[in-house]
Amino acid sequence: MSIFKHHAKLETNVFFLAVGILLSVIVGGLVEVVPLFTIESTIEKVDGVRPYSPLEQKGRDIYVREGCYLCHSQMVRPFKDEVERYGHYSLAAESKYDHPFQWGSKRTGPDLARVGGKYTNDWHVRHLINPRDVVPESVMPGYPHLKRELDYSTIDADMKALRVVGVPYTDEQIANAKKDLVEQATSDDASAAVAGRYPKARMGSADANPKVTELDAMVAYLQVLGTMVDFTTVKPEKIAR
Amino acid sequence: MASMEKDSVSGQYTTGHEWDGIRELNTPLPKWWVYVFWATVIWSIAYWVAMPAWPTINDYSRGVLGYASRNELESDIKAQKQARSKFEAKIAAISVDDVVKDKDLRNFAMTGGKVLFNDNCAPCHGTGGVGAPGAYPNLADDEWIWGGELADLKQTISFGVRNTNENSRQSEMPKFGADGLLTAEQINQVADYVVALSSKGSTAGLPGEAIFAEQCVVCHQDGGVGSKDVGSPALNNNIWLFKGSKEQVKQVVINQVTNPQHGSMPAWSERLDETSIKMLTVYVHSLGGGK
Amino acid sequence: MSTNTDATPYCEDVVKKFVLAATFWGVVGFLAGDFIAWQLAFPALNLDLEWTTFGRLRPVHTSAVIFAFGGNVLMATSLYTVQRTGRASLFGGEAFGSVIFWGFNTLIVAAALSYVLGFSQGQEYAEPEWLLDLWLTVVWVLYLIAFAGTIMKRREPHIYVANWFFFAMILTIAMLHLGNNLVVPSAIFGGSFMKSYNLFGGVQNAMTQWWYGHNAVGFFLTAGFLGIMYYFVPKRAERPVYSYRLSIVHFWALIFLYIWAGPHHLHYTALPDWAQTLGMTFSVMLWMPSWGGMINGLMTLSGAWDKLRTDPVMRFLVSSVAFYGMSTFEGPMMSIKAVNSLSHYTDWTIGHVHSGALGWVAFVSFGALYYLVPKLWGRKEVYSLKLVGLHFWIATIGIVLYITAMWISGIMQGLMWRAYDNLGFLQYSFIETVEAMHPYYVIRALGGVLFVLGSLVMVYNFYKTIKGDVAAEAAQPSTAAAR
Repeated sequence: MSIFKHHAKLETNVFFLAVGILLSVIVGGLVEVVPLFTIESTIEKVDGVRPYSPLEQKGRDIYVREGCYLCHSQMVRPFKDEVERYGHYSLAAESKYDHPFQWGSKRTGPDLARVGGKYTNDWHVRHLINPRDVVPESVMPGYPHLKRELDYSTIDADMKALRVVGVPYTDEQIANAKKDLVEQATSDDASAAVAGRYPKARMGSADANPKVTELDAMVAYLQVLGTMVDFTTVKPEKIAR
Repeated sequence: MASMEKDSVSGQYTTGHEWDGIRELNTPLPKWWVYVFWATVIWSIAYWVAMPAWPTINDYSRGVLGYASRNELESDIKAQKQARSKFEAKIAAISVDDVVKDKDLRNFAMTGGKVLFNDNCAPCHGTGGVGAPGAYPNLADDEWIWGGELADLKQTISFGVRNTNENSRQSEMPKFGADGLLTAEQINQVADYVVALSSKGSTAGLPGEAIFAEQCVVCHQDGGVGSKDVGSPALNNNIWLFKGSKEQVKQVVINQVTNPQHGSMPAWSERLDETSIKMLTVYVHSLGGGK
Repeated sequence: MSTNTDATPYCEDVVKKFVLAATFWGVVGFLAGDFIAWQLAFPALNLDLEWTTFGRLRPVHTSAVIFAFGGNVLMATSLYTVQRTGRASLFGGEAFGSVIFWGFNTLIVAAALSYVLGFSQGQEYAEPEWLLDLWLTVVWVLYLIAFAGTIMKRREPHIYVANWFFFAMILTIAMLHLGNNLVVPSAIFGGSFMKSYNLFGGVQNAMTQWWYGHNAVGFFLTAGFLGIMYYFVPKRAERPVYSYRLSIVHFWALIFLYIWAGPHHLHYTALPDWAQTLGMTFSVMLWMPSWGGMINGLMTLSGAWDKLRTDPVMRFLVSSVAFYGMSTFEGPMMSIKAVNSLSHYTDWTIGHVHSGALGWVAFVSFGALYYLVPKLWGRKEVYSLKLVGLHFWIATIGIVLYITAMWISGIMQGLMWRAYDNLGFLQYSFIETVEAMHPYYVIRALGGVLFVLGSLVMVYNFYKTIKGDVAAEAAQPSTAAAR
């Protein structure tokens, strides 16, 4: 077979071999990745998805730091059992401001895509500090170290970096980042400025500590998960694709 | 360079190359390997024709079957709802009281309610509703803060306690100590009184009685029987929500009067439909023996 | 054995370093994995300390076994192979090799420390923050230069097939590493130097991550280790490679098709259906190209099957190819959407990964290391072939316990999640499925203990070999000694 004879060119020249390899491995990625940016239906047109508030974003950073994604998914699949157990299946639109995405690949613990509002702040605090205090059968680690004060000194820098990657934070949101963060973590006032800038943000301290703690941030993030889109107003045909 | 040689074991010739003593046979491709490979290719092509597959810049091939995983779900859910509809439709149409009276409906609601309870409620109230000491109320006893009648339970489950839902149950105990309404001495006295009440001991002549009558009775009622209307727990029994296992009752009372803790609960009507809440109500009602 | 007597002094000190580092990181990585396996069975082992939680140690385990153990094995074997099969000494010499060695291994230490201290990009197998990514990029380019430079110096006209695979691995990993780590550091705006945000978000980030993640398996753990197989199997078996033509076809088919398979990690997610279809179909088409390697590995043994009986090193190599065949059948099967709807998010995936990682990657590595250590330190054979045999059996039993436990727990959990009772309600709450996993988590962790013990036997055997000892049994006639 002549094809095997021609192959001699590739296997006698390291440059040709390199070009052959690179051409072979580049195609698949391009075909699968590029259209996700260009096909409009990829990210569904639904209302309500907003960038995370500064406190929620700090909570998200903690979620990433602790490797929560290694045991919890944030992706309800369109199966009847998952929809019954967790709620509406996840849309691509709901994670469009997630850098990095945290869909996860394993459910050692339950899916968290719709955990927002499911439990009280108090429950989350107890559960994070020692899961077995409230769920005796749990195998989750305890996170008592989240009781410490939150370091939010760089939140505006983080938000600027997020803006570069496509999260539409306004100048006003960035200028007020620290103020908003503290307000969300300490005030129960639903008419606070932060609630206006970030609709549906969970107000108030999660733990008993009047200072802003990592628990406050983590719980604020968990409480907003899956709550931004009001599915009672979403027509199924709008999100079918 | 080595020459092409015939390998005595396989009968194949070598390619004539040698690397560090390694030579290669020029064996043709195994036929079955080639066939199976082409079979997977043909299967893939068929799959591409049938299903959404190849993208262009602004669209993708839909496939002749018109399949979409999200549409598939709608029909699955419909079928599942259909399977339960015989009972669920009835439950939806009648009150919870009537559900409990109908044996079949009650059994159905108990099963459905248990499933819902275990995924949604057990994280706080524990499997079987035994509660979490010091945190979340026991639902398997016969003591109810906000009432144990079916209607009370349904109201509590639907709208929750001290949350942002407009129908949520709300109440707040004053911070008698922290806000300086009572002195430490007075709190100590009222705590002695409450301890006596709860242990069914004699309250005669306790100085806390007068303070209790003045400050606490409005919510906790005469004799500390509590009020389901404002969610003020009964104090004339030995059931304590915020008592940790090792803590002394008196200290808990002092803490609570000084700077109260308040429990809260989500409004489940924001997540679950009416029928599910009715089933949950029936299940929770059964746990406590039912009021 | 070589017919060419060669005057070129090969650079073997650097290979020795990589061999020792691989052995060390292997034990560390296996221990870390087994520790977190016990944590899942007994959560108190998380110790309530931030540095020892499962979430922070899991990347330590995966990085230690994939990049530290696997990476050092790949560098040891590729730099050994490319010199021998090209009859050329290492491009840049021992000093250049040393730079690569220390650059790579200090990076591993830094990465592991960074995870424990809470720095992570939050993407599986790509956890190191951007500073470490840049460091790896530099080291990887040096490795590419050393490898390709040695090929260019070669005195054989043709490049041997093992080197095609190594070369594809090096080039493609470079592409994947750069593509998946496009981040904007917070430091640009005055934030932390160890915090960044990925350029891609949501569904696009999901796709690039699994384009990377799946092909880290495909190129690092498959193509690279096929390179090892193509040198060490024919070498140890002293037989010619079964089919040159098959090696050509399956090489190009493998590297072309593998890249497409990533979306099978995202079945039924918010990734559009069309991409899922491509991921599934290409995974299925990948089945035969993967098996091409297995056929070439196993059939090379024809005429030398008796060595399986007499040579435990051969047993490692051949079993690894068998495990490879098994996982590369299981993989395409699990990529079929109907199967994946059950297996995804469960331990079945963990079992699948480990049948590949322990059975294929680690076993072929052990085989290569057992071959290399006596060669590099100038001994006739390892200290004790009997101990090699012992290692083989302990590790094999460990793997069997591991993957059967994960098959059962994974399939059971998947079935429990979707089970409906006869009234039409979900039958199990999530926490009941967690409870049901417990016995299998214990069995899995015990399997891990055996695997770790086996690796310690290997360490002892290497220690004695390098020291120059020969066990009494080696006096008995064996094929290996007869060579």
